[in-house]
Amino acid sequence: MSLIEVTGLNHRYSERAILENINLSVDRGEVLALIGPTGAGKTTLLRIIDLLEIPSAGEIYFDGKCIPRSGKQRLEIRRRMSFIHQKPQVFNLSVYDNVACGLGWRGEERNRIAGKVDHILEMVGLEDYKDRNARTLSGGEAQRVALARSLVLEPEVLLLDEPTANLDPVSTAKIEQLISYVARQRNTTMIMATHDMSQGQQLADRIGVLLDGRLVQTGNTTDIFHSPQNEEVAHFVGMENIMEGVIIANNEGIATVNIGGNTIQVVSSYPVEKEVYACIRPEDITLALASTQSSARNSFQAEVIRVATLGPLSRVEINCGFRLIALVTKISVEELNLQAGKEVYAIFKATGVHIIEKEISQ
Amino acid sequence: MTEIWDGLTRAIELLISLDPEVMEIAGRSLRISGTSCLLASLICLPLGSLIHFHHFRGKRALINIIQTLFSVPTVLVGLFVLVLFSRAGPLGELGILFTPPVMVVGQMILITPLLLGLTISALSGVSQEIVDTATSLGASGFQTVWLVLREARYAVLAAVIMGFGRAISEVGCALMIGGNIRGATRVITTAIALETSKGELALAIALGIILLFLALIINIVLNRLQQR
Repeated sequence: MSLIEVTGLNHRYSERAILENINLSVDRGEVLALIGPTGAGKTTLLRIIDLLEIPSAGEIYFDGKCIPRSGKQRLEIRRRMSFIHQKPQVFNLSVYDNVACGLGWRGEERNRIAGKVDHILEMVGLEDYKDRNARTLSGGEAQRVALARSLVLEPEVLLLDEPTANLDPVSTAKIEQLISYVARQRNTTMIMATHDMSQGQQLADRIGVLLDGRLVQTGNTTDIFHSPQNEEVAHFVGMENIMEGVIIANNEGIATVNIGGNTIQVVSSYPVEKEVYACIRPEDITLALASTQSSARNSFQAEVIRVATLGPLSRVEINCGFRLIALVTKISVEELNLQAGKEVYAIFKATGVHIIEKEISQ
Repeated sequence: MTEIWDGLTRAIELLISLDPEVMEIAGRSLRISGTSCLLASLICLPLGSLIHFHHFRGKRALINIIQTLFSVPTVLVGLFVLVLFSRAGPLGELGILFTPPVMVVGQMILITPLLLGLTISALSGVSQEIVDTATSLGASGFQTVWLVLREARYAVLAAVIMGFGRAISEVGCALMIGGNIRGATRVITTAIALETSKGELALAIALGIILLFLALIINIVLNRLQQR
């Protein structure tokens, strides 16, 4: 049975809808990542689940029980969860007192508190900072205090709101390590909001995509990244090549799509005349100097328009009758001598193209 | 000019010799104003928290009124308390007019708006995120209030010290309801007023210096706290 269930949730601030008809359930021990751009409603959803806010409509079930909209029971349920906020808010107290406060509020004995706090501070690597005022710490250290403060409570549910936003890569890696350690060792149920898709992919069992207050798609990472349900999700998960087209032939699952006069071969069961979006991840496009004999069904002569280097990878914009963006390694760029005006071949497999049905309303 | 000079030297003499009358007056001032400040704090800190953490109609207006009363004239408070405690007044039976207890009451009324207003603004300085963090870590309503008061402890303490400063430096209320009775209700400010009118500038200046000295100590404490 699911530990947390949200049904028919709607939330609005004055007249603006923040969340619309959210239905979500999370199993015990599951790690769910909520991904979506800033302002999609991730934080509000987490706040409502943590019982910090009362939704305009809808119910929340915790461990099978419907949570009332007011009363003492909310505090009891809230004490079984813990919430790591985006900006780590440490109290103007020593690191030790920061971590100990949640246990104190639950009426835990002093001796037991000391033991637990020492243990958790060691785990997050802050044992030497015990007596420092938490306000004097760096952002990464403060976030570790916040994490320790939550973990020491041994919550059944951990809610994380962009836990690594604004942190440097080293601090981010430490926090991510701790999160995955806790998820594995303690089997803690987690709901994590992030706009960093790779983080979601790395830490979560399941991903929910929140766009404009609507939970557009939930599924495992492969589903979300390779088979987005609609154009919006495709766009958000990094499908940089999204082209409108019409299916003009379908031969036992291998369909031909007409994209503004050019045809590509894709794997799809949609019938002829269906209007679709053809989506290709930029890393699924190979560039070569000759149209090699490969198993890929799609090979187009193209002209390089622009090359932009992003760290170890380069983003190459090409024109092969329609525009495509390919992601290739820096070494490939040098070997192929890619630069604006260069003639190349763009090659991609029929299975590398994801087809989305064009919505009628559009 | 020579009068002031004489006064200054006399003041220093009185202070160095720990003149019994001067010490008695200063001690009474500290006791009365300290008590009124403590009692007012015990009322205003919880009440200010209550106002800050609750949303109700007219909250903004209430805070405006409280802030306006920061500058209530001391003589007006004196008049109000005098009417309240005079023999024919509603609390006249207590018979405490012209005694230190009624001066404590008067000063409490005087500094309550200041303490309330400054407590509310001290608590407003603690961000909503801190409140949310405490709530989500499982603090009950009362535990959250206590944490927020601790977070704002320097600003809250500054408010208390401001209240004490206003209490010990006021003269109108103490004079009207205390009566400036020697050995009973004479405090620093009322003594300065009296000695000045008598032409006893030396004692007046000595008492003035003590009052300023107390203000200086208060300011040093305040600055220390704010620098932390």
